[in-house]
Amino acid sequence: MEYRKEYFSDARPEGLTEVGVTRQRSDALGHVTGKTQYYADRHFAGLLHLKMVRSPHHHARIVSIDTAKALKVPGVVRILTAQDVPQNIYTILCLIQVEPNDEPVLAFDKVRYKGEQIVAILAESDAAARDAAARVKITYDVLPAVFDVEEALKPEAPLVNEYHGRNYFTYEGHHCRRVRYGDVESAFGAADFVVEEMYQSSPIEHAPTETTGCIVVPDQNDRYTCYSNTQALYFTLDNTALILKSPFHKLRLVGGTVGGGFGGKVDVITEPVAFLAAMLTRRPVKYEFSRAEEMQVSSPRAAERIYIKDGLMKDGRIIARKVTLYVDAGAYSRHSPYGTTKAAAHMPGPYTIPNVWIDCHCVYTNRTPSSAMRGFGVTIGDFALEVQMDKLARRIGMDPMAFRILNAYRDGDMKAHRKEVEGAALVECIQAAADLAGWPLDDHYKAMSSMKREA
Amino acid sequence: MTKKRGRGMAAVNYPTGMNLGGDPSQALIHATTTGSFIVTLSSVDLGQGLKTVMAQICAETLGVPTDNVIIDTADTDTGPHCMGTFASRGTHRIGNAIIMAAKEARAVMLEVAAEELEVDAGDLVTDGAGNIHVQGSPQKAVSVLNVALAAHFKHGKSISGRGIFLQPRSYPEPETGKMAPATCYAHACTVAEVEVDTETGEVAVLSLKSAYEVGRALNPRMVEQQIIGGAWMGISHALYETTEPYYPDRSHGPVDFNQYLMPGPGDLPEFANVVIERPAADGPYGAKGVGEMTANSPIPAIANAIFDAVGVRVDSLPITPEKVLRGIRALHA
Repeated sequence: MEYRKEYFSDARPEGLTEVGVTRQRSDALGHVTGKTQYYADRHFAGLLHLKMVRSPHHHARIVSIDTAKALKVPGVVRILTAQDVPQNIYTILCLIQVEPNDEPVLAFDKVRYKGEQIVAILAESDAAARDAAARVKITYDVLPAVFDVEEALKPEAPLVNEYHGRNYFTYEGHHCRRVRYGDVESAFGAADFVVEEMYQSSPIEHAPTETTGCIVVPDQNDRYTCYSNTQALYFTLDNTALILKSPFHKLRLVGGTVGGGFGGKVDVITEPVAFLAAMLTRRPVKYEFSRAEEMQVSSPRAAERIYIKDGLMKDGRIIARKVTLYVDAGAYSRHSPYGTTKAAAHMPGPYTIPNVWIDCHCVYTNRTPSSAMRGFGVTIGDFALEVQMDKLARRIGMDPMAFRILNAYRDGDMKAHRKEVEGAALVECIQAAADLAGWPLDDHYKAMSSMKREA
Repeated sequence: MTKKRGRGMAAVNYPTGMNLGGDPSQALIHATTTGSFIVTLSSVDLGQGLKTVMAQICAETLGVPTDNVIIDTADTDTGPHCMGTFASRGTHRIGNAIIMAAKEARAVMLEVAAEELEVDAGDLVTDGAGNIHVQGSPQKAVSVLNVALAAHFKHGKSISGRGIFLQPRSYPEPETGKMAPATCYAHACTVAEVEVDTETGEVAVLSLKSAYEVGRALNPRMVEQQIIGGAWMGISHALYETTEPYYPDRSHGPVDFNQYLMPGPGDLPEFANVVIERPAADGPYGAKGVGEMTANSPIPAIANAIFDAVGVRVDSLPITPEKVLRGIRALHA
C-alpha cells in the first residue's frame, strides 16, 4: 500500500508519535492461535439450551399452538410463548422514536415471514430441545403473501404488517423519504439525452464466522448478566428492559469481542428471549443461531430496486437525476426506516447535479426482515449509480474517469439534501486511481481539484 | 472457448457515522497507580481492530506509548453509554470521545507533574516515551509512572477524564429532504480488470486497483486490512452472494457454506492500493471511517469491466455466470 502524500499536504500536521504508525492489533495473537474467548466459550453449570419453533409459512394466521407433546420430552424444562413476554411488540429503533412498534418477540396472532419465532423450548440438552421443538403442533390458516416490493405497494396487495396499516413506512406523512432540489422535469426537457434504467439486487448474508447468540446468567442478587456478541450493547439492554418491563438496573450486558459482525449483530433478537427464559427458570440460558438460522432467519442486507432517470448534456454535464428506490424491508422495520433515509441522503451520489428528485420507499413484504449491513443504505445505490455513470459516459463517448471528474462534487457545492460539501476528495481519488492503473487521463483533468471549481 | 478481458472503474463517497438519533458515544479514562491508562468503553471490537486504534488515539493525546493504554470494552456495568459499532462510526465517534477524555486526564497529569517539578504546567511537554519535561529542557523531567504514584499517594488527585461525542440530532425536513445525517465523507475510486469466459459465463477478477481517501490513516496496516477485506466482500457481492438466487422467489435459499457461494483464496485478484489523506475537520486526528466503504467501489467497477469485456450489461446482483451467458447469447441472437 502506497501513500500519496502530495495530495492535501498542507492540511496535515506531521510529527505525531502514535497516530499514523502501524501497531499490531492487541487481540491478534489470541485470534490467530484460537485462544480468544468469545461468548460461547463461557461455561455455566445448569445451562439450558434454547431452541426456537419457527414458522414454515410466509404468511399465515396462527389458529392454535399445542405444546403438550413437547413438554413430555425428557429434559424439557419450560416452553415460552407470546403470553410469557410482558411487552411483546417492539421495534429496535423505538429508542430514537421510530414508530410504530411493529414486531412481536414471539409471534401470536399471525406469522409474517418464513422462519419467524413462535415458541421457545428450554431443555437440559440441545438434542432434547430440538426433539421437543419438532413436537410442537401449530395449526395455521395460510394467507396470501407478497414478496415483490412494487407488488406490495399495489392497493390489492395482502397487508403484511397491521401495525403500519400499509405496506410501507410513513415518513412524517409521506409514503417515502423524499428529496427535492431544483426542477427535474424542466431539466429533462432541456437535456440532450435522457437515460432511464433499472437496477436490482438480491438479499445477501453477513456470513460472520461466529453466529449470532448469547448466554444469560442469573446472579445471586436478582440481576441478570448477558454475554452476547451484539454490536450494540445499549440497544440490547434498553430494548430488553422495555420488552420485559424490567428495571434497567437488573440487566447487564457483557460483550466486546465479536467473530464478525458486518451489521448482522445490531438487531436485538436472541437476547430478549434468553433474558426472559433465564428470569423464568432462574437458570443460565444459551440461545445460539445455527448456521442455517444465521443464513435464512437473521436479517440479510435488503434487496433493493432502483430506477434512475438522468438528463445529460453532450458536453458531459448531468443536469437532472430522478431516483426511485425501493428497500425490501421484509416483514418488520428493524433498522430499515433508518437505512432508507441514509439512502435518500446518499443520492444522487458524489456528484453536483442542479436538479434532483428522490423517492426512497421502505416497503414491507412477507420476506425475512432485512436490516443493517456493511454499507447500509448505500452499497446497492453505489452499484446502481456507478453502472449508470458508465452508461452515461459511453452514451456521449466520453472517458468514464473524465466524466466523473467533470461531475464530481467540490468544496462549497450544495448537495441535493442541502448540505454544503466540505472536505471533498473524489477528484483526487480518481486521479490517483487512474495513475495507479495506467489509465490515460488528459492533463486538463489531471489539473482539476476538489478544492475549487474551475471556471 | 474464448476468454475476453475488460476494464471498468467506479468512484464512491461514504458517510462517516449517522446522527438521525443523535447517536452519541462516551469514554472514561483513569490512570492506575503506576501510570497505565485504562479507557472504559461500551463499544465493541468486531475484529476490525477498534481496541488498538482507540489505544493509539488515547496514547497520542496523553503523550504516552500505546503499550501504556488498556482498552476495556463492553460491560454495561462499568462502561459509559455507546450507541454501538456500526455506520463507520467507531474510529470517528469513539475516537473523538477518547480525545476529549484524554485531554482532561492529561491536564491533571501535567498539574501533578508541575507540582513535582516545581514549574508551571503550561511549560510542560510529554515526550511520547513515558516522560514529562519542561519544554526545551529534557533533563528537567519526571516519568509518567512517578507522576501517577505522586497523584495517588501524595496529592490525592485522580488522573482521569470524561469524553462524549454527540452531534445534534438531524431531523430531515419532510418536504425537501433537507438533512445533515452524517458529518464527514471518505472517498474512493477502483479500477477492476476482469476476464470473462464466453463459453461458461464465468468471470474472474484479475486485479483491483484503488485509491482511498480516508481523512487520516491512524494505523496504516489496519487501513490496508480493511481495504483488502472490503474488496473481497465487494467481489463476493458482485459475483457470488445471494440468500435468494431467484429473488423475490423464496426457493433455493442456502443454509450453509456449501450452498452459499463466496470466493475462496484462489479467487483473489492482484491488489494495488494508494491512500490519500484529507483530514476531516471533526475527525480524531482527521480520521474518517474507511471500513464500510471499501466493499462498495469494487462492485460497480467489476460490473463495468464485464461490459467492457463482452458488451453485456448485468444490472442485477449478483452477476452470475448464467446472467452473463444469457447476455452474451442475446447479443449474438
